[in-house]
Amino acid sequence: MLHWNRFAAALLLAAAPVAAQSAPEEIKALKAAVAAAQSAGDNAWILTSAALVLMMTGPGLALFYCGLVRKKNVLGTMMQSFIMMAVMTLLWAAIGYSLVFAPGTAILGGLEFAMLRNVGAVPNTTYAPTIPHLTFMVYQMMFAVISPALITGAFAERMKFNALLVYSVLWSFLVYFPVAHMVWGQGGYLNAFLGGTIPVLDFAGGTVVHITTGVSALVCAMVVGPRRGYPQEPMKPHSLVLSFIGACLLWVGWFGFNAGSALGASSLASSAFVTTHLAAAAGAVAWLVAEQWHNGRPSALGAISGAVAGLATVTQGAGFVLPFSGVMYGLAGGFACFYMVVVVKNKFGYDDTLDAFGVHGVGGILGALLTGLLANPAINESVKLPSGNWGQLGAQAAGAAIGIVVAVAGSWVALKITAAVTGGLRLDPRDETQGMDLAIHGEEGYNLEA
Amino acid sequence: MKKIEAIIQPFKLEEVKEALKAIDINGMTISEVRGHGRQKGHVEVYRGREYQVDLIPKVKLELVIAGARCEEVVQAILRAARTGKIGDGKIFIYDLGDAIRIRNAERGGAAL
Repeated sequence: MLHWNRFAAALLLAAAPVAAQSAPEEIKALKAAVAAAQSAGDNAWILTSAALVLMMTGPGLALFYCGLVRKKNVLGTMMQSFIMMAVMTLLWAAIGYSLVFAPGTAILGGLEFAMLRNVGAVPNTTYAPTIPHLTFMVYQMMFAVISPALITGAFAERMKFNALLVYSVLWSFLVYFPVAHMVWGQGGYLNAFLGGTIPVLDFAGGTVVHITTGVSALVCAMVVGPRRGYPQEPMKPHSLVLSFIGACLLWVGWFGFNAGSALGASSLASSAFVTTHLAAAAGAVAWLVAEQWHNGRPSALGAISGAVAGLATVTQGAGFVLPFSGVMYGLAGGFACFYMVVVVKNKFGYDDTLDAFGVHGVGGILGALLTGLLANPAINESVKLPSGNWGQLGAQAAGAAIGIVVAVAGSWVALKITAAVTGGLRLDPRDETQGMDLAIHGEEGYNLEA
Repeated sequence: MKKIEAIIQPFKLEEVKEALKAIDINGMTISEVRGHGRQKGHVEVYRGREYQVDLIPKVKLELVIAGARCEEVVQAILRAARTGKIGDGKIFIYDLGDAIRIRNAERGGAAL
């Protein structure tokens, strides 16, 4: 359809000098040509962004996480991310997209787009008027893929594979779909801009992705319980090299996540891109400074953790704030997440193994609040501050609070149902000691004799 | 016939190899090992969690020589591997029953 339009516009333009066109017709043809050109540019960027966000899950997050576990769990940990690329993709296409973005109630969307019905080349003008509806759908799909993958950091090295699958599917229905619909969906409770009640600003998923996953991760860490031997036995990361590569891929992929959320190849995308980048940089610096002060050494793991913390924090506001505000997000996220991960977690003793809560939960909540204070209508015309920045802070806090409540309740229920259905969330002690790779998958990550 | 087993600092391996080459000792077996004697380990910190690492990476060098050359070889290793600090390693000397070259079943000194 799109191609046909462009073709028709080109024909009309070509015909213009010969057949004397009336001025209104010529203007109409020009407008069509301009719209087609914009659509082509926007579509190219959003498709690229979708691919970048997929790259964040695999290999980005898979590498980041697998390097932090012991080598007997390297494949099992990578699989926890990778399997989301398969399962969540199918779930999203079948029903997830519809429950989030189809018109429905204030809590959940309807079934108009189930099985991708009515999702095609014609743009969905409610959300993204310049790109094919399919592009919007597949871009949003990548967020639904990475979200449950982020949670897996909380129960790394001990969750059964079938329990992981059941939990992740239930979690999507109980937490992700409702919160995403409430914040982003037409008529969603937290989406006053599209007919809802509370005007929450969430540019790229600070609340939808990072608060829900981070808080759910904490619930998982507490319900599933610590790894056997934690914290007495040493459980060092087996390869920070892999984590390093993963973190760098996350940083790059985050441009798709945040700048892609402009939903067009626009100046807003440039603004969100720069904001995001500054936050990552400031996050890395902040964590290293805190670490130097706390431990006397700036570590590589600290640098990459700080960058990810800065990125998670800035996600909520990337396209709503002045680009230099990204530095604020990064510094705040870097320091706060460092404190949670290094001081608070070790004080309470819960085993959020890879710090999904400490980084994504804390960064997400902080980013939600900072966005209330820093949102600026000069950057994005959709920023409307009916009661000023302080009023917006209230709306952001309400959105975060609702996200937290849904995540806690939804995760708890999902875990209880999962435990009942699969006969327990955890590997049995022998399998846990042997490692996920052999016990679950019957393979080893490193076959040095091969 | 003697077997000499030397545990040395990894960064001293090249110097020791050169020193042995200089006195015409060419065969040896090297492995990367971990261990500790009096040397204390170090602390590693990952996201604020501290790990005391007691077993420190070392290189183990094994060579078999004619008994008469034993002292000469030991002196060469001592000179090359010594820094004078704790952690330089140890040398162990064994009496060896026999040596056999698998290719042609030569035995004893001829197999070295």
